[in-house]
Amino acid sequence: MARVTVNGVQKVYPNGFKAIHGVDIDIADGEFVVLVGPSGCGKSTLLRMVAGLERVTDGTISIDGKVINDLEPAERDIAMVFQNYALYPHMSVYNNMAYGLKIRGLSKAEIEDRVKKASAILELNEDLLIRSPRQLSGGQRQRVAMGRAIVREPSVFLFDEPLSNLDAKLRVQMRLEIKKLQERLGITSIYVTHDQVEAMTLGHRLMVLNEGRVEQLGTPIELYERPASIFVAGFIGSPAMNFMDAKVGSDSRSIDLPGGERLPLNGTGAEAGRPVTLGIRPEHLERASGQEGVAHLNVDLIEHLGADSLVHGHFGNDRTDLTVRVQGTLNMGPGDTFDFSVAPDHLHLFDPQSGARIA
Amino acid sequence: MLKRVHFEPSILPFLLVAPQIVITVVFFIWPASQALYQSVLVEDAFGLSTEFVYFDNFIELAGDEHYLGAFSRTALFSFLVAFLAMAFALILAVMADRVIKGGTTYRTLLIWPYAVAPVVAGALWVFMFDPTLGLITYALTGLGVDWNHKLNGPQAMTLVIIAAAWKQVAYNFLFFLAGMQAIPKSLIEAAAIDGAGPARRFWTIVFPLISPTTFFLLVINIVYAFFETFGIVHAVTQGGPAKATEILVYKVYNDGFIGLDLGGSAAQSVILMLIVITLTVIQFRYIEKKVEY
Amino acid sequence: MIENRPWVTFLSHAVLILGVAIIAFPIWITFVAATHDSVRMVQVPLPLLPGDQFFNNLKIALGEGIEGAGGRPAGMMLLNSLVMALSIAIGKIVISLLSAFAIVYFRFPFRMGFFWLIFITLMLPVEVRILPTFEVVANLGMLNTYAGLSIPLIASATATFMFRQVFLTIPDELLEAARIDGAGPMRFFIDILVPMSRTNIAALFVILFIYGWNQYLWPLLVTTDGDMYTVVMGIKQMLEAAEQAPEWNIIMMTTMLAMLPPVVVVVFMQKLFVKGLTETEK
Repeated sequence: MARVTVNGVQKVYPNGFKAIHGVDIDIADGEFVVLVGPSGCGKSTLLRMVAGLERVTDGTISIDGKVINDLEPAERDIAMVFQNYALYPHMSVYNNMAYGLKIRGLSKAEIEDRVKKASAILELNEDLLIRSPRQLSGGQRQRVAMGRAIVREPSVFLFDEPLSNLDAKLRVQMRLEIKKLQERLGITSIYVTHDQVEAMTLGHRLMVLNEGRVEQLGTPIELYERPASIFVAGFIGSPAMNFMDAKVGSDSRSIDLPGGERLPLNGTGAEAGRPVTLGIRPEHLERASGQEGVAHLNVDLIEHLGADSLVHGHFGNDRTDLTVRVQGTLNMGPGDTFDFSVAPDHLHLFDPQSGARIA
Repeated sequence: MLKRVHFEPSILPFLLVAPQIVITVVFFIWPASQALYQSVLVEDAFGLSTEFVYFDNFIELAGDEHYLGAFSRTALFSFLVAFLAMAFALILAVMADRVIKGGTTYRTLLIWPYAVAPVVAGALWVFMFDPTLGLITYALTGLGVDWNHKLNGPQAMTLVIIAAAWKQVAYNFLFFLAGMQAIPKSLIEAAAIDGAGPARRFWTIVFPLISPTTFFLLVINIVYAFFETFGIVHAVTQGGPAKATEILVYKVYNDGFIGLDLGGSAAQSVILMLIVITLTVIQFRYIEKKVEY
Repeated sequence: MIENRPWVTFLSHAVLILGVAIIAFPIWITFVAATHDSVRMVQVPLPLLPGDQFFNNLKIALGEGIEGAGGRPAGMMLLNSLVMALSIAIGKIVISLLSAFAIVYFRFPFRMGFFWLIFITLMLPVEVRILPTFEVVANLGMLNTYAGLSIPLIASATATFMFRQVFLTIPDELLEAARIDGAGPMRFFIDILVPMSRTNIAALFVILFIYGWNQYLWPLLVTTDGDMYTVVMGIKQMLEAAEQAPEWNIIMMTTMLAMLPPVVVVVFMQKLFVKGLTETEK
């Protein structure tokens, strides 16, 4: 059981590339934190620094108050699950799990006991243990890789995109299993992924990284409801949030859309007349009628997904593109007009320059 | 070249490369530099004093008709060995690529001469061409040919070439076959649909596509003929009769190790070194990335 | 093939059989010669079919040898060849594995320098440095020793390059997993790298065994003591002796014995042999 503290950590590669610009996070005992962001954002680098596979350029990483910057990976009491599983191809499943324990000098009986226990947890049956990794399916390999982590009985689990090599169906299933397993074992976990759905479903807290900087740290709901920046707003949620240039109305209680329409705004304190980037999630656009606070969308295309439908269209004089998600099916076609409104709570205002959330 | 992830610096890597480096320096680099050094020296008859003579040894070689003879002889020898071994191997590989049944059996039966030592290859052929007893000599006599490679220079050369080429067919066959089997079947089928017959397909599709293999083998065969045929010459003819089969490698051995002409032999070594370097550079620069198996 | 023309298939087989016959003819003649007595072997024309003296000749070749060629029994020379071939093959593999490991997995000063130094050996075959190499070996007191026969030949650029290539294809994550499991460099080398390279090691062994067994010029330089002669050298001695006393039955029996080990290796380990040949030439 362990608390992981990352304090002002930076990473600069020998070629001068700065991969991490200074990250702070305090991960509580038993907490599941997901590092998420596009490829190259530094999430894996951060994880590998915790693992001890990359050196920390500046700042400290500590586990339970003890600084581990200079410890070998094996001395950090961590276990890691790799993207490609990194199973030793020439060893049986059993030996893959036992290898680290052998090196640590555990007794044969103890090793056997731990491997048995881990395989029971993961539902890996006996005859699988004597096979070689190449004879296993993708899902089974994934389990073995987790088994190898579990037998170490570490204080921290590290996951480096462990599901990205699986097909979509298996990914959903394994995602659930990882979640259950973590809750059952209660081991502090850090999980890296570029998949926002995975991040939202797994993490107690998410850290969104972009180009080596932390964009936002918070619970999945916080990130969804109050994204701190355009980047986070666009990254979290599917289909992605709609963005458009707009202007706060002269009374600060409404917002002027590009096409001249006007939507009501809560008293956000945004200064009147200032230009903003307005963000609206597709699922928050509601079909409406009437005149006040209603905008008109010219439908270009409708995608029927079954449970709901996506309406793609444009509105206003400068033909701003917009996607709307409505429940059920919609009896409309290209060229029709879709009238919509938005609850003031669901309007996200960002500064067009910095991308930061406004109030 | 280097792994992204590597071990922390320590003394260990030095210990790991040490055996290889020590052997390389002691038995390769040092002797080679000695050869370079000696090639610009002349030693007196008793080995008592040496004199620095710049490039005199090389100039002497350039004017030595024996050396020039050996040079052109080696060129002819290499060309004929490479040509014979490759042509024979190519024909067999084309046929082996065609047959569906027995392909691997033929391969097994054709590749084993690779494992035969040059000297042993020499022994096999010298026995069949023995001037008094040899079976082939007997057959040739029946055809009116008087065979005696111990007296007849061109015949001696022919024998050495046959023995050297015979041994190299296996290697060439293997690479030609691999090269042809690497050509996608769909290409051949497309050509067949376009109306090209077997012979036409070979010359317009297969042969151009295996040309990197051909070029690679050409270099390998020349290297083989230059340097690895010493055993054959030594066993079959000892360079004779009257130096008719004295190739460069044999001459450098004979002049240096038997004749003890230090400077001259060293200069010959240096020239051979330049030839190997040239061939190696050609092999690495122009071939490495193009040959596919 | 695409066309189903019987005569094309027939022609292909005919050409192949002819080719095999030409390639195999010398061996057949050798075998036949090794099965007759010495009296039959001086009568022209020589036989084309085997006789009944095979085991008798085998006994003489292995145990006594030929008087005129120093009377060295092939048994001893075969043993010398075996020791030399095994030492060269194993030595080359071990030192190449170690240096490839260092070059791929460590960052250390002169790393590229060492790499090029090893590369240079490609361009310096024995044939171009006969005398000075002989002098080095003589000065080190290694003439007429197994060490002298093998050690100077075990530096290997090709083997080092091949292992380097193999190591580069091994995913980085395996090293990381091993580090998390607590394996140090040598443990990683022995537990992970070597077992993972085992088919390459085997393929290389086949090639290098043949290479070692067939060495000729080098043993010729460093052995003067008949007890250290390899079987390949012995054949050359016998050929010289044949000028006076042509005991072709014994010579050809010895020739067969000299060919047998490498040929058996090629034929029975054909897959590894082909793999070794194509991968070392890359």
